[in-house]
Amino acid sequence: MAECHPVGFQWVAEAKARGAKVVHIDPRFTRTSAIADLHVPLRMGTDIAFLGGLIRYVLDNELYFKEYVVAYTNAAALVGEDFVDAEDLGGLFSGFDPEHNQYDEASWQYEPEEAPHSGSDDPAGAAEQDRKEQDPEIKKTDKAQAAGSGGPPIPAKPKRDETLQHPRTVFQVLKRHFARYTPEMVAEVCGIEPEVFLQVARWVTENSKRDRTTAWVYSVGWTQHSVGAQYIRTCSILQTLLGNIGRPGGGILALRGHASIQGSTDVPTLYNLLPGYLPMPHAMQHATLDEYCADAAGKAGFWGNKRSYTVSLLKAWWGDAATAENDFCFDYMPKIDGDHSSYRQIADMIQGKIAGYFLVGENPTVGHPNGRMNRFGLANLDWLVVRDLQMIESATFWKESPEIETGELAPETIATEVFFVPAASHAEKEGTFTQTQRLLQWRHKAVEPPGDAKSDLWFYYHLGRMLRERLADSTDPRDRPLLDLTWDYPTHGPDQEPSADAVLREINGVGPDGHAVSGYMELKDDGSTTCGCWIYSGVYADEVNQAARRKPGREQGQVASEWGWAWPYNRRILYNRASADPDGKPWSERKKYVYWDEEAGRWTGADNPDFEATKRPDYVPPDGARAQDAIGGSDPFIMQGDGKAWLYAPAGVVDGPLPTHYEPAESVVENALYKQQANPTIEHIEGPWNRENPALSPVFPFQVTTYRLTEHHTAGGMSRTLPYLSELQPEFFVEVSPELAALRGLTNGDYATLVSTRTAIEAKVLVTERMRPIRLRSGQVVHQIGMPYHWSYSGISTGDSANDLLGIVLDPNTHIQEDKVSTADIRPGRRPRGPALIDFVESYRRRAGVGSGRVGVNGRDPVAAEAGEGSQL
Amino acid sequence: MTSISSASPAFTGRDPDNRLFGPLPDVQGEAGYDTDHPARVGFFTDTSVCIGCKACEVACKEWNTLPMDDSHGVRDVIGLSGMSYDNTGQLGANSWRHVAFIEQTRTVDLPTPTFGRPGDDRQGSGPSVAEGQNDDSLATAQQSGVLNAEALSEFDPQTGQTGSDKQIRWLMSSDVCKHCTHAGCLDVCPTGALFRTEFGTVVVQGDICNGCGYCVPACPYGVIDQRKDDGRVFKCTMCYDRLTDGLQPACATACPTQSIQFGNLEELQARADARLATLQGQGVETARLYGRDEDDGVGGAGAFFLLLDEPEVYGLPPDPVVTTRDLPSMWRAAAAGAAMMVGVVVSAFVGRRPR
Amino acid sequence: MKTWLDAWPVFRQLTGPDPLGRGAAARSRATENVVSRTATADRVVQSVCPYCAVGCGQRIFVKDEQIVQIEGDPDSPISRGRLCPKGSASKSLVTSPTRVTTVKYRRPYGTEWEDLELDTAMEMIADRVLEARRKGWQDENGGKRVNRTMGLASLGGATLDNEENYLMKKLYSAMGAIQIENQARI
Repeated sequence: MAECHPVGFQWVAEAKARGAKVVHIDPRFTRTSAIADLHVPLRMGTDIAFLGGLIRYVLDNELYFKEYVVAYTNAAALVGEDFVDAEDLGGLFSGFDPEHNQYDEASWQYEPEEAPHSGSDDPAGAAEQDRKEQDPEIKKTDKAQAAGSGGPPIPAKPKRDETLQHPRTVFQVLKRHFARYTPEMVAEVCGIEPEVFLQVARWVTENSKRDRTTAWVYSVGWTQHSVGAQYIRTCSILQTLLGNIGRPGGGILALRGHASIQGSTDVPTLYNLLPGYLPMPHAMQHATLDEYCADAAGKAGFWGNKRSYTVSLLKAWWGDAATAENDFCFDYMPKIDGDHSSYRQIADMIQGKIAGYFLVGENPTVGHPNGRMNRFGLANLDWLVVRDLQMIESATFWKESPEIETGELAPETIATEVFFVPAASHAEKEGTFTQTQRLLQWRHKAVEPPGDAKSDLWFYYHLGRMLRERLADSTDPRDRPLLDLTWDYPTHGPDQEPSADAVLREINGVGPDGHAVSGYMELKDDGSTTCGCWIYSGVYADEVNQAARRKPGREQGQVASEWGWAWPYNRRILYNRASADPDGKPWSERKKYVYWDEEAGRWTGADNPDFEATKRPDYVPPDGARAQDAIGGSDPFIMQGDGKAWLYAPAGVVDGPLPTHYEPAESVVENALYKQQANPTIEHIEGPWNRENPALSPVFPFQVTTYRLTEHHTAGGMSRTLPYLSELQPEFFVEVSPELAALRGLTNGDYATLVSTRTAIEAKVLVTERMRPIRLRSGQVVHQIGMPYHWSYSGISTGDSANDLLGIVLDPNTHIQEDKVSTADIRPGRRPRGPALIDFVESYRRRAGVGSGRVGVNGRDPVAAEAGEGSQL
Repeated sequence: MTSISSASPAFTGRDPDNRLFGPLPDVQGEAGYDTDHPARVGFFTDTSVCIGCKACEVACKEWNTLPMDDSHGVRDVIGLSGMSYDNTGQLGANSWRHVAFIEQTRTVDLPTPTFGRPGDDRQGSGPSVAEGQNDDSLATAQQSGVLNAEALSEFDPQTGQTGSDKQIRWLMSSDVCKHCTHAGCLDVCPTGALFRTEFGTVVVQGDICNGCGYCVPACPYGVIDQRKDDGRVFKCTMCYDRLTDGLQPACATACPTQSIQFGNLEELQARADARLATLQGQGVETARLYGRDEDDGVGGAGAFFLLLDEPEVYGLPPDPVVTTRDLPSMWRAAAAGAAMMVGVVVSAFVGRRPR
Repeated sequence: MKTWLDAWPVFRQLTGPDPLGRGAAARSRATENVVSRTATADRVVQSVCPYCAVGCGQRIFVKDEQIVQIEGDPDSPISRGRLCPKGSASKSLVTSPTRVTTVKYRRPYGTEWEDLELDTAMEMIADRVLEARRKGWQDENGGKRVNRTMGLASLGGATLDNEENYLMKKLYSAMGAIQIENQARI
């Protein structure tokens, strides 16, 4: 955190000054470790083992927050008899389909209290949707993320045992599942001393429950794994058991790495999502609006209003054209029917399936793993538009890339037309970023952008305008969605810059009276309201740009509610009703936050309650209640279908209802916990340009991780180009331990070459005690190499690109790559140059027994290359 | 009516007012500012909370529009230094802040600081000395304020799973011009380019400096430096321009953890003393203040530090002395020599016979 | 005469309270006229740092329509005026001399960049979007209605504004493009 979010770290420093213990768990000794109370240098890729050990410690020593767990979680729910845990299947759960490498979640369900969907308006439809969820094709499309903040539907109300003693309660299932995560096992898997583990366990548990809370902070160090979603699940389970969710000083804080990466998920430019985590319609599931909304029909919680959110979105997009009679133009919405995520697209590009590509402030040939594969993708497009501040490598691949050097690419063979269209910087346009805690902050424009640089708002508005003008006379029904689109934003200035303010107001939504709505509770499913992103509804309440509020922090309380605006409803801590006990009283005076004021008949406190303000704590939903009305007064988790926090996920996580330690796809260590070595549901993308280093291969004997440095930013376009940052970290380097340096003859300050089945790269060597080998109980020594990934050939500070070394295997839940752990060989000296590099890497592939990486023209395989040039479309 | 002062120790060869050496309670007054001059300001750099982010280096360069180290902005001349994360190397004409990174490995205990404020109740918030060795080897480890996991392995050699039983400490410290009470650079400057500001800081005036370079060897810290393609000398101004607008220097403004604190020097000194007491109370015996003592060789510094190890570890001189300390005695010797010379010359003229 | 004399440091040194000429007497004309560019800015604009997701407040000082300083906004309850090295380099980012501010075009099989007017580029891009959309169009796939184009794809960075992401998603969806991705996946 000190390394990548230094200014956020001031609050950790302040907490430490007040007596908080700071524990840093990271294979790498960073600037955070330097001033933490304890650094836990666990072996890379073993976090679930560590966190699982903590869960076991909490359960075994009865250190969980009992009242919280019984009242607010699904601990008391009974799991159906068909469920078989990974404990009993060598690391697999029941329902595994080895043909598709997927799970059928049917056997993970609760034991129902009554017939499924008794409260549903459309029980048959909902059941049909649930059944379809398990179709392999639908599963591939990332349903887990589509469930997003809502949680997947649960088909039935479970039987409960409030004593938690029934062997099939979630609580007992959890206990059995984590039984083998003993301190000794944690020590063996993670390569740390049991005492270190116990120290953390003691600090975490001593600082949780009624009077105290513990917070966990993670970054992409958790998400970029083949079991990334499960890493976070494990922490969620731990925090829920300790009663650390929804309470001040608690929570799991995702420190995201870009200014508005949260916003880019909320208002997604993601293939599987519509704004506000509404799923993108699926061809096999959602032929009509009714089908699309069917799963919400019987759903408790705020997802029960999915139809209102969806209709309001359709109205925002297609305005008057969207009517009840035409399903509010639901059919205008294109449908997905598989994994269309970024890496799939690259593979499709190489095969000529995609003609045109927009890169808008992204530099994938450096920032994404397997740069070579990415460049092959770009080399097979018809055209590419790059919008950025600087001439980034993704725009110059056709003349300067490593493959030009090896001869695998040449300008003469690349047909891709490239448009570099300069972009405006953050200071040259207005708009909102959503920072890592869901806070929207409006930026005022300082100056005009230089030259032809324009905002992306300008680019897309005018591109849309031009497309609509070109198609104005079209009678093709395919063009109706474009022609009926509401696209009449006010513009200003000589460049006709569209009004970001007007766009934000559209996102907020407008009511039947023509005024901005104050929040999503006002949205209707009859077409009388519009709303571009329901969770952002309220950002323009009272016709005021709430994100632009800037009451100085020193003039406000700790929560600072009048600075910017957080979704939903300007609530700063999610699920904060959990900061009070079931009766609505604070758990303790010290941790008082949001609580029930009986006299006033409403929830009150330091923050806006993340709960219906006047719903009494003793409210019991009447029979037949739906949406939020079906959530009881003591159920804080209002976005979940049952109002509970889930210790066990009966649906929605595609690689298991409980987290399980698997080794990374590329690991040099055998899984000590289960026969199953790696996540059985890992998504692979196969081709000569994406070979995988076999697990346990002596050819690739070292573990590698990638990371950022304080001095640089991601793929470097915003830092390698600046002199003051470049001189602080002037070259690509890798960090190795003195032991590994001795083993491989590496010298501090000299070059080393790293090799994988993808390619070989060279880097300066920094020998440091901060990297350490890990000796496992078996005697095996695991050497770990650290690679900051900021570099490439352009800019002031240069070097080979770390990401070129990495392959692409994906977490099946999120389609996010596992680039926090891989394997490689390292040897002293510079890498071979030119075509010799291809032979050099090929010799490694041969020795490792993997397929050839040789490719034909522009990265296509030789056969396809002979078939012709350009796109196959 | 102006009168010509003859109080200068340069004239008298005496320094009863500590104008060249020793404590000097009012540096600005001594430098001719009226009694209502602003309070002397300074930097207190608390290295125990430094996270080595180098925001100070960048904020300084941005505000002062300093050149990149090679002055051309093409490629860094130093390249990867191979010295931990320090690629700046040292203070210079183009780098007015420099963050040092020191990696230490020892097999013995390295007490590390815990953050803390005087008088805070430490009960329940972690181990304290009072808890003693009632538990196991771990308590012993905790008691010493252990920094990282490697240290714990020492207490249980049986497990021995780590590849090495070393303990690591990573010290970071942002160095800067000390703005000495007795500034050698200022004292030797023949052109009046260096001067003491009304804030008590020492600043080079670019419109006066002629690049003679006398100040460079006069600095006991090696701070002031000539810019190669310019010839003149440059160093930290403590953002003199910003101070005139009531702002803090750029580095202190940016510093995320307030390792760099700017303010009234006396207040900073009191804060530093309290901080030191806290750390020492927590068993961080190696903590010390550097540049705080007005009896040191530069009369105390306007920019002083809390260090966690010997100054040499951070590349700081252990006992800096202003190079002009001996100026009065040198002047006395020189004056005697000059008098003798004059006498010789006079006698030579006197003794010359007209032709 | 007096003024002329006062401009002479040695006179000030010999006659004033700064006999060593190390302070008041040594002040140069530039020093006397020193002014902070925060004080002379025409306006100060509140903004947000474009690097990581902490969301530190920034104050942007503008003089003659040029950015002369970017520093932390002390009003921000998130950052309290502080910035990391990247945030502190924001002025360099925005005013970088290596920023490309005109359209560059590389034709098929071309070996060098060519210049292009922005309007021309926009027209060419619009043509190509429609063509790619048409080429990749699918009414159905596997017997199911999909109503989409597979001919184009998009990958956005996560420094896009919400408003920009919104327009992108809206426009792409209306044209039937589904292969829309963002750094948020990475």
